[in-house]
Amino acid sequence: MVQKLDYLQETPSQTAGPYVHIGLAPGAAGFEIYKHELGWDIAGPNAKGERIRVEGLVIDGTGSPVKDVLLEAWQANSDGNYAHPEGGGDVEEGFRGWGRVITNFETGEWAFETVKPGRTQGRNVGVQAPHINLWIVARGINVGLSTRLYFEDEVEANAADPVLNIIEWERRRATLIAKRSERDGQIVYRFDIKLQGEDETVFFDI
Amino acid sequence: MPKPGELYQRDRERHPPALTRDYKTSVARSPQYSLISLQNSVSEITGPVFGHNDIDPIDNDLILNYAKPGESPIGERIIVHGRVLDENGRPVPNTLVEAWQANAGGRYRHKKDTYLAPIDPNFGGCGRTLTDENGYYFFRTVKPGAYPWRNWVNNWRPAHIHLSIFGTAFAQRLITQCYFEGDPLIDKCPIVKTIPSQEARDSLVAALDMNGSIPLDTIAYKFDIVLRGRRSTLFENRLEGN
Repeated sequence: MVQKLDYLQETPSQTAGPYVHIGLAPGAAGFEIYKHELGWDIAGPNAKGERIRVEGLVIDGTGSPVKDVLLEAWQANSDGNYAHPEGGGDVEEGFRGWGRVITNFETGEWAFETVKPGRTQGRNVGVQAPHINLWIVARGINVGLSTRLYFEDEVEANAADPVLNIIEWERRRATLIAKRSERDGQIVYRFDIKLQGEDETVFFDI
Repeated sequence: MPKPGELYQRDRERHPPALTRDYKTSVARSPQYSLISLQNSVSEITGPVFGHNDIDPIDNDLILNYAKPGESPIGERIIVHGRVLDENGRPVPNTLVEAWQANAGGRYRHKKDTYLAPIDPNFGGCGRTLTDENGYYFFRTVKPGAYPWRNWVNNWRPAHIHLSIFGTAFAQRLITQCYFEGDPLIDKCPIVKTIPSQEARDSLVAALDMNGSIPLDTIAYKFDIVLRGRRSTLFENRLEGN
């Protein structure tokens, strides 16, 4: 016999289900209840850096858009600092770096506006390329999926990024790179997420 | 005092796998490649911080937060309360807990829910709160009803409340469901059964809590939530990995 370890065990996950919007985005479910819904302003009014729009689809294994998905974004500001006591440094007043994103129920298209994040400190040495952390929940997803969005125009930083570089299959790294374009004077990054099938997006166990 | 370091590895055998054929919707929505394991960087050990300016005190009272003045929703009045702890057994204070549920008839206030049970005009079905300095939270609501769903021809969800919890790190982010002691539908539910072990499934069943109940008023259920714990950095990690 040995002594018993007294750690607790994490509560198991369950799917967010089809009605996740009631809890996390009630306006989208069709009613107003809170004075302030959380997560609709990621960067706030004072954030420095390039203003960008990020948009895409989440696509299932049949090639169809997932229309009831909810994403959360978590990112650093343009200096590479997260709005958190261990986040690396100060952020602008009103910068939260966290947001919630829901789809158009008819098309599955989602989009959010923010500022492009800066490089963040690496785990041990060096820096990480600019990226936005994404967490994806929906009906049929039993445990929220974690992935990262990187930026097409950060070629050098991406090539040196410690996380992209641990993905053994170079061709799969491309699933994490958002495509940059300009539309009506706005910088737009396109990031489609494929849950399975050809070019399945890389998901992380963080 | 050692600094907190990385999170303990998530025990994937305790969580449902991505592909669970008896929960049919998971089949086309489950990644087929293995997850790529990441050692934590600043991106994973940080997460959004919320405060009392973000919410209103009434937000955790689902009996009152959508009801017309002087009215209240139909159903069994309940309190759901407990603590948010980490795997080290320490309370997680000031963390956001959000809840959503069907009304007492099993109907959600959602434009995509078409179940024939009626909407309750006095029930919204969502709430949110911050844990106190001891990790304690509570909601007042009505007990949700069971409802049918399209999976097999005759599947019914046990009564449940969805809960979303943040913790202090984005890697602790969790959504789960709280069930109620004594519900015979729990053991029949393909979503409950996505969780492999009976012990882990039992950890999602809130206990009837007579001590927490308010006599002649409201019955209580106790539901504790455990988030991932963090290692203490007694020694620095070797400089390798991502």
